[in-house]
Amino acid sequence: MTAVSSLNEKSDELTSTKEAHADHRLFGLITFLIADGMTFAGFFAAYLTFKAVNPLLPDAIYELELPLPTLNTILLLLSSATFHKAGKALEEQHAKRCQNWLLVTAGLGVAFLISQMVEYFTLPFGLTDNLYASTFYALTGFHGLHVTLGAIMILIVWWQTRSPDGRITNVNKFPLEAAELYWHFVDGIWVILFIILYLL
Amino acid sequence: MSISIPPNTESNSKKLQPTGWLRYFSFSLDHKVIGIQYLICGFLFYLIGGVLAGAIRIELTSPMSDFMARDVYNQVLTLHGTIMIFLWIVPVVNGAFGNYLIPFYVGARDMAFPRLNAVAFWLIPPAGLMLISSYFINGAAQSGWTAYPPLSITTPAAGQIIWIISVLLLGGSSIFGGINFIATILKLRQPGLKLMQLPMYCWAMLGTSILVVLSTPVLAGTLILLSFDIVAHTGFFNPTLGGNVIVYQHLFWFYSHPAVYIMVLPAFGLVSEILPVHCRKPLFGYSTMVYSIMAIVALGLIVWAHHMFTSGTPPWMRLFFTIATAFIAVPTGIKFFNWVATLWGGRISINSAILFSCGFIVNFILGGITGVALAQVPFDVHVHDTYFVVAHFHYIVYGGSVFVIFSSIYHWFPKFTGKMLDDNIGKLHFILTFIGFNLCFAPQHWLGLNGMPRRVAEYDPQFTFVNQISSVGALLMALSTLPFLWNIINSLINGKESGPNPWKALTSEWLTSSPPPVENWIGEAPLVTEPYGYGHKTKNSNSPVQMNKKQETS
Repeated sequence: MTAVSSLNEKSDELTSTKEAHADHRLFGLITFLIADGMTFAGFFAAYLTFKAVNPLLPDAIYELELPLPTLNTILLLLSSATFHKAGKALEEQHAKRCQNWLLVTAGLGVAFLISQMVEYFTLPFGLTDNLYASTFYALTGFHGLHVTLGAIMILIVWWQTRSPDGRITNVNKFPLEAAELYWHFVDGIWVILFIILYLL
Repeated sequence: MSISIPPNTESNSKKLQPTGWLRYFSFSLDHKVIGIQYLICGFLFYLIGGVLAGAIRIELTSPMSDFMARDVYNQVLTLHGTIMIFLWIVPVVNGAFGNYLIPFYVGARDMAFPRLNAVAFWLIPPAGLMLISSYFINGAAQSGWTAYPPLSITTPAAGQIIWIISVLLLGGSSIFGGINFIATILKLRQPGLKLMQLPMYCWAMLGTSILVVLSTPVLAGTLILLSFDIVAHTGFFNPTLGGNVIVYQHLFWFYSHPAVYIMVLPAFGLVSEILPVHCRKPLFGYSTMVYSIMAIVALGLIVWAHHMFTSGTPPWMRLFFTIATAFIAVPTGIKFFNWVATLWGGRISINSAILFSCGFIVNFILGGITGVALAQVPFDVHVHDTYFVVAHFHYIVYGGSVFVIFSSIYHWFPKFTGKMLDDNIGKLHFILTFIGFNLCFAPQHWLGLNGMPRRVAEYDPQFTFVNQISSVGALLMALSTLPFLWNIINSLINGKESGPNPWKALTSEWLTSSPPPVENWIGEAPLVTEPYGYGHKTKNSNSPVQMNKKQETS
């Protein structure tokens, strides 16, 4: 608590100086996520066009099974909820509870990645087997890269929320908010990806 | 309530940074230093790209490939296009003038994210050097700046991969810059400054940044897929492996058509700043200018396939993209007539800045007309991939953007340095550039109409004479750089002191010393709500002025 109050004082001192302007980092992040989303939009457009125009070559294997990716979807959606819980806990100044929820979120993210790797190793086709296979790996791989970065971010946030000397508190909660927003974004992308790749 | 640590820590760290000329080589966070870094870095790449253009023109003075080997010609051509677009025009019209001017125009001390801003700049020199070094390592990319597969897959891989990596870095830099501009313009405005009171360049940069943020990532994704095709031998764009080359073209042009607007919209904004100052009249039709910028942004995102009329595009697509492209001529035409109306009846001082701006207007209308012509499928099918397209494109990006860059340098050099440029040498520079440019590119329309294909080192001997005329024009353009460089160097050393506001301009960058202090103004930032309030006192003001007055006061 003492750390929190001292940080409170510090921030009061900072906001009182005349040149301080509001924090626009979240706005910047949203703009960045729009840009990132456009990268995925490009990939989706490519995949859908391939599907519409390019027939699967004879004796090319491209079969996907549903159970594992459905589990993945549930894992990611759950992790979005747990991240939200972590943010709430930080707002209520329960640093310990926040940390626990963050660990759960990171755990779910890692579980997603493991499950994705399992899927990769059990699929009957490889990266260069055919056009659809390549697109499948490129899309899920690019998304997996995002999940990996997100999981690392969560662990950094987890490290920095430790009390009493952590840097992220309910006063300076931007890093957590940023990671949370990014994580929700990555989940949202997965849902679209799941629909386009597995269900369509 | 959100916390406000960044601005304070930023201003503290700024004090620790070098202040002399060394700061231009440092990781400076000052938006003005970053702007100058962009400008000088871009200009150095312009000189390199210019030398490459000279090599192309020398090769094309004779029908045979006798100056360079064919594959070297392809490399030179690819490097020329990539350098001029990604390392000269895009960084300079956006990064250089944007970083320098936007914080002034919104009444801020710096950009919204100064550190991101510095990162965005420092991505450029390594990317550019990497691109150029690829020529000396294993041969540069040979597939043109479009890198169409299967050409880009079948030509030597090393150069193409280096090309992809450097374009990805430059794209990243561009996206970071775009995010920064959007945040600065929308979020950092002074209290009391309304959006519709902003100088036109802010609107142009807002529109450009929206295009950057929406379209550049698609290019990045596409190039990543292309690199998979080259390195891992996947078949996204490789027909022999079941892939589809047309998908690459769609994704590429989804970025690269907006890229033309990314190069030319900021130039529109800069011209709209320069003209009113030097003809002492308000900008004609402020609100129509704003709406036409936004219309160009919206339409610019849905016209890309007009580059692909010969790619087996289905008829409905041809129809749609022809109509959408023709529509873009409307907002562009509005802007053109507004500039002419701004000049109309003004007290024009004939100096280098306004000469280059007027040169822009003339060249741009020519490029615009050929653009509308190229949007028509029957015509486009005839001249596709000929020198007609080359001529059209250079009328837009050289006659358009580069003329504006020079105009802007003449206009803002006193602000950048506190010294005046020599106007007579500037006029010589303009005359050489204008004649050289038109001599170089106007004959290429004829070449294209008669069927000379672009991007090839050899051509039918019947085109020799016209190609030689074009090369003479290129020589004049090269020579025109000499008085310019002399003018810059001489004025930096011996130039007349400019004082804070040599043009008696009203926008807020002129309401401080030249060059401005680190945080732009000593004391409060001035609130400029009428950036174009020129000529209010004249009695015989003609109708455009009155109309504009009404607009500004409403």
